Amino acid sequence: MTDITVPNMGESVTEATIAKWFKKVGDAVAADEVLAELETDKVTVEVPAPQAGVLTAIAVNEGGSVAPGSVIGSIEVGAGATAAKPPEAPKPAAEAKPVPPKPEAATAAPAEAKPSGPAVDRIVAETGIDLSKVEASGKDGRHTKGDVLAALDAVASQVKAGAEAPAPHAPRPTTEREQRVKMTRLRATIAKRLKEAQNTAAMLTTYNEADMTEIMALRKQHQDGFEKRHGVRIGFMSFFVKACVAALKEIPAVNAEIDGDDIIYKNYYDIGVAVGTDKGLVVPVLRDADTKGFADIEKGIAELGAKAREGKLKIEDMQGATFTISNGGVYGSLMSSPILNAPQSGVLGMHKIQDRPIALNGQVVIRPMMYLALSYDHRMVDGKEAVTFLVRVKEALENPVRLLLEV
Amino acid sequence: MAGPYDVVVIGGGPGGYNAAIRAGQLGLKAACIEKRASGGAVAFGGTCLNVGCIPSKALLHASQRYEEAQKHFAGLGIKATVELDLPGMMGHKEKTVDQLVKGVAFLLKKNKVDPYFGTGRIVSAGKVEVTGADGKTEILETKNIVIATGSEVTPLPGVTIDEKTIVSSTGILSLAEVPKRLVVIGAGVIGLELGSVWRRLGAEVTCVEFLDRIVPGVDAEIAKDFQRILTRQGITFRLSSKVTKADTGANGVSVTIEPAKGGAAETLETDVLLVCIGRRPYIEGLGAKEAGVKVDARGRVETDGHGRTSVPGIWVIGDVTTGPMLAHKAEDEAMAVAELIAGKAGHVNYDVIPSVVYTWPEVASVGKTEEEVKAAGIAYKVGKFPFTANARAKTIAEKDGSVKVIADARTDRVLGCHIVGPEAGNLIMEVAVAMEFGASSEDIVRTCHAHPTLPEAVRQAAMAVDNRATQM
Repeated sequence: MTDITVPNMGESVTEATIAKWFKKVGDAVAADEVLAELETDKVTVEVPAPQAGVLTAIAVNEGGSVAPGSVIGSIEVGAGATAAKPPEAPKPAAEAKPVPPKPEAATAAPAEAKPSGPAVDRIVAETGIDLSKVEASGKDGRHTKGDVLAALDAVASQVKAGAEAPAPHAPRPTTEREQRVKMTRLRATIAKRLKEAQNTAAMLTTYNEADMTEIMALRKQHQDGFEKRHGVRIGFMSFFVKACVAALKEIPAVNAEIDGDDIIYKNYYDIGVAVGTDKGLVVPVLRDADTKGFADIEKGIAELGAKAREGKLKIEDMQGATFTISNGGVYGSLMSSPILNAPQSGVLGMHKIQDRPIALNGQVVIRPMMYLALSYDHRMVDGKEAVTFLVRVKEALENPVRLLLEV
Repeated sequence: MAGPYDVVVIGGGPGGYNAAIRAGQLGLKAACIEKRASGGAVAFGGTCLNVGCIPSKALLHASQRYEEAQKHFAGLGIKATVELDLPGMMGHKEKTVDQLVKGVAFLLKKNKVDPYFGTGRIVSAGKVEVTGADGKTEILETKNIVIATGSEVTPLPGVTIDEKTIVSSTGILSLAEVPKRLVVIGAGVIGLELGSVWRRLGAEVTCVEFLDRIVPGVDAEIAKDFQRILTRQGITFRLSSKVTKADTGANGVSVTIEPAKGGAAETLETDVLLVCIGRRPYIEGLGAKEAGVKVDARGRVETDGHGRTSVPGIWVIGDVTTGPMLAHKAEDEAMAVAELIAGKAGHVNYDVIPSVVYTWPEVASVGKTEEEVKAAGIAYKVGKFPFTANARAKTIAEKDGSVKVIADARTDRVLGCHIVGPEAGNLIMEVAVAMEFGASSEDIVRTCHAHPTLPEAVRQAAMAVDNRATQM
């Protein structure tokens, strides 16, 4: 019998949720066949069968939390030929002892249900606390009453501190016209990170607008040639990345982070590009953007976007950005204040390009305009720096030749 | 030269024979050396089985039944005339010991442990010399040595034990007749148990103790209650007193005692004097020090907390090392060490070792005392429940004593339990299991207890931690 273990998902990943089991107990599986899908904070990871055989036990049901290396099931090796081997055959059941089979993979019941004692059961019944999220200090990983009380205390103090943690009350009943859905790990992480950013940073937003006439003309003029030469269309993003990198070089505080009592300035430009997927927003990172040309930037963004939408982004793809560009314009947003991606000190919000009458040289003219927003951490970025940064971005966008001449 | 062995255990007491048996179970080639002889043959079982726990319990049981029949049957509506047959009682004791000693030899054989009859001496790591009663020596080669030599009676300066009128815990088990007067030096477990035996059989017992309390180490509140009960039973206590001299004369022993802090001496006349001020580690002639094994100031073999001595390949368990001198502690260490030698995970939880005084009523403890919890600065709660309020205790006419449960004020985890009362030694075990699993007092409360039983008193005491005892 072989254990099915959770693969290593990157250094910082300590926890994942079983999103889906593709096989059920008793199913025959081939080596490397995908058995289950795990959701981590950011990516989806597949768990392949370590060997061919029959899935004899599922130890953690869908919705259960797992850590890298933990056993989530087992395979009876070499039993592959008899695919229809019933799971309740006495032998595999007996051998599957370390991983008790739980065929009724119905609801998101707490996965590692080791009996913890009646006092813990009482508290769970009264408060609805999720034991899978409570550290267990008792014998063989059991929860003691003290563990659960400490967890409830922690939740209570978070609530007191104004954090977003839910109060430890029993889930309120839903009515017929309501639907209760467990937050995906991705959604829960988004919720947590956004709120952390708001709670930590002295966040402020400065606005400006850019006349996109020049960029649009440039794109129109060179689109065919660019595409023929580089195999990728020239979009707006490359201009924004270039403009931001130039402005970041001028205003280093926007490319920095606070670490304790120090500020760390970063002399590299890894730009996070927010990409919407059907499961939520992810921010893959375009590395060393300052060394890339327009074509490489466009190609890089296209690849990251495709990976994100297919759910194939790796954790490494999303770690370590020094600055973020968010584009609400693709959904039609005219103006918004983006939230920082901690610990970064700045995030640029792009918006919809809209024809608007503006005053130019004393004349009212209609121009394709975009509102720009820079949210920044006022703890390390001064107002003057933030405004200057955004003005530099605006100037570069309105006069893209500046990007070429680096002026 | 014999061997090579995987394990040679020196000492066949509850530590030693269990280490050898467990080693045998785990497939190790094991030997066990024992020097104690009984009727010319080797007698395994150590102090516990031969001259300790077992014979004393046989006498405690028999003497308790005698006293019950004499004094308590009438209250239950039974008229009886009883008569003491001391040789018969000693016969019960000897038969018990004899059968258990043979049982140990059988268990060693069953688990393929080679027994050696003689005195073991460590030549060096990996080499043990056995000297038989005839003086012949033999060298055993072994990968591991387990020191399990136990302890011996601590002598008292100025008092010479002859095991006739001035006796140790050994001689007191075999008195030929019931002394009229018995003075016991030391109000610890042994003194109170054996004092109780002879008091029941008719002796006038006086217990002299250096400290200002009895059973040191037991929760103070419980100890006080216990002293009150024993006094009512007829034992006289002379606390805060020290014995400076004991002279044997024609009419028994003259014992000179002084207040512990100094003052006027006085003399107690007695027929038999029992010296039981404690026990000390026994490593004389073992060769442990010579082999480089470190020993602390009190003569105890030092360990790393997992049975390893300072010399690789030499292990130690039981009374001869640190920790409480209890057979079951030695037994747990024995199993852990055998498992560690076999490359498995062995462990002793020193925080949850029960201890019992087998008087009647019994006294039992596990975990921390209230004094210890207080000294550690832990916020705690106490729940107490008296046996007078327990239905079963009522039916068996036992009304003395109470159960005391100590729990962490914040986490409700059970930190200790102390009982003085009927069958306390059996009652303590549910709390020991609970503590081993990190249970809260509420966990005990929420465990169904049969009615009417004595364990209900434990549950009610756990309830009292949260001021919710329902039967008081």
